[in-house]
Amino acid sequence: MYWTSWLLAGLAIALAWPVPVALSRAKWPATAPFAAMVLWQSLALAGGLSMIGAMLCYGLVPLGGNLAAGLRGLLDIFLGRESLDALGLVHAFALSAAALLSAHLVFTLWLTYFRINRQRRRHRDLLALLSSPSHDRPDTLVINHEAPVAYCLPGGSRSVTVLSDGLMTLLSPEELRAVLLHEETHLTQRHHLLLWAFAAWRSALPWLPTSRLAQRAVSSLIEILADDVALRSVSKSTLVTAIALVASGPARLPATALVGGGADQIDTPATTSARLSRLLAPTPPLARKLQALVLAGAALLLALPTALLLVPGMLGG
Amino acid sequence: MATLGDLERAVMDLLWEHPEAITANALRDLLSQRPSGDGDGQESRPLAVTTVLTVLSRLEKKGLVERERSSRPHRYRAVTSRADHTAELMLEVLGSAPDREAVLARFIGTVSEGEAATLRKLLGRD
Repeated sequence: MYWTSWLLAGLAIALAWPVPVALSRAKWPATAPFAAMVLWQSLALAGGLSMIGAMLCYGLVPLGGNLAAGLRGLLDIFLGRESLDALGLVHAFALSAAALLSAHLVFTLWLTYFRINRQRRRHRDLLALLSSPSHDRPDTLVINHEAPVAYCLPGGSRSVTVLSDGLMTLLSPEELRAVLLHEETHLTQRHHLLLWAFAAWRSALPWLPTSRLAQRAVSSLIEILADDVALRSVSKSTLVTAIALVASGPARLPATALVGGGADQIDTPATTSARLSRLLAPTPPLARKLQALVLAGAALLLALPTALLLVPGMLGG
Repeated sequence: MATLGDLERAVMDLLWEHPEAITANALRDLLSQRPSGDGDGQESRPLAVTTVLTVLSRLEKKGLVERERSSRPHRYRAVTSRADHTAELMLEVLGSAPDREAVLARFIGTVSEGEAATLRKLLGRD
């Protein structure tokens, strides 16, 4: 199990830095957004599993030759059948680190959930007082403001799409339809769950630069996915015009409010220009075979640390 | 029948219309004068002051209403104007708070000046 822990550590390091950096710089994700999304999720999960697995395996080395044996040995220690000396200080430390990291990840996930929901609830309360239901569209609210905005507020059965007066006067009915289709896709494809997961990942491991890269990549990918779904019903030029109109419409908020928030700015201009360049100078979608390859790679990536952890035990090694 | 949400909305609308602090009783009277919002043609049932007080205390907890305790009966006023609240809402949507993108997903993210110029050109105007 000694070698297992080092292999897992190597995998964890690879997934913590070079692999995510390479993926964030690659050009192909825009041509296969769904596959890229799956790959990012797989990277994060495999990365977490490798980190925890490496520490766990190293910690259990003196107790057994594989994970199952090691865990049985740990149980013996907890039950008092074996003394802690069997473990040694360094290995005990590694086990504590594994336990703490796991607890930290789970705890951050829940904390992030509550934080996001609290903000959403507050926003929804204000919205209830300041907007009116749309006359002809279900689950749509209209705010009285001249800045053209459109967004969706996820919330299970209470999900709503929100438009402003300014938007409705700015866009033609067809362009409005494009915007609504785009926002609906965020809701039907449950993108907010992905945003939650990667926001938690970022919050849990802020010192890992790739957690920010991952969050940015996923935010960009969901916009591309939503655009693709809208394009099934509206023309490309309609969508492009809608994007251009909304983006260049006057915001009429104090300029300071819109200035970038610094290092944590997720909605970089790159996202909007990435969407536009994709629509204006389209590259063909990634060949189906290559997409399948990416998906297989994502599955393999997740299978690798799992196998390293479980197979030695199954082989009785 | 008006839901609690409808009542909260009606109370806020009245408080925004009357920027001077008003009492719960006065609010009740104003609410009873309003035409029933559910469009079923029925006369609105007279509203109890206790209901109005419940709504006011909920709104107070949400930070939207403040209570003047200097005089009895207590008077209530909206914390800020409707326009300011709308601006606050829009700031949440358009601003650059790092958490925002997990709370809601907006159609267009922030756009740099160069981007905006390119887009205006795209629309055929400059």
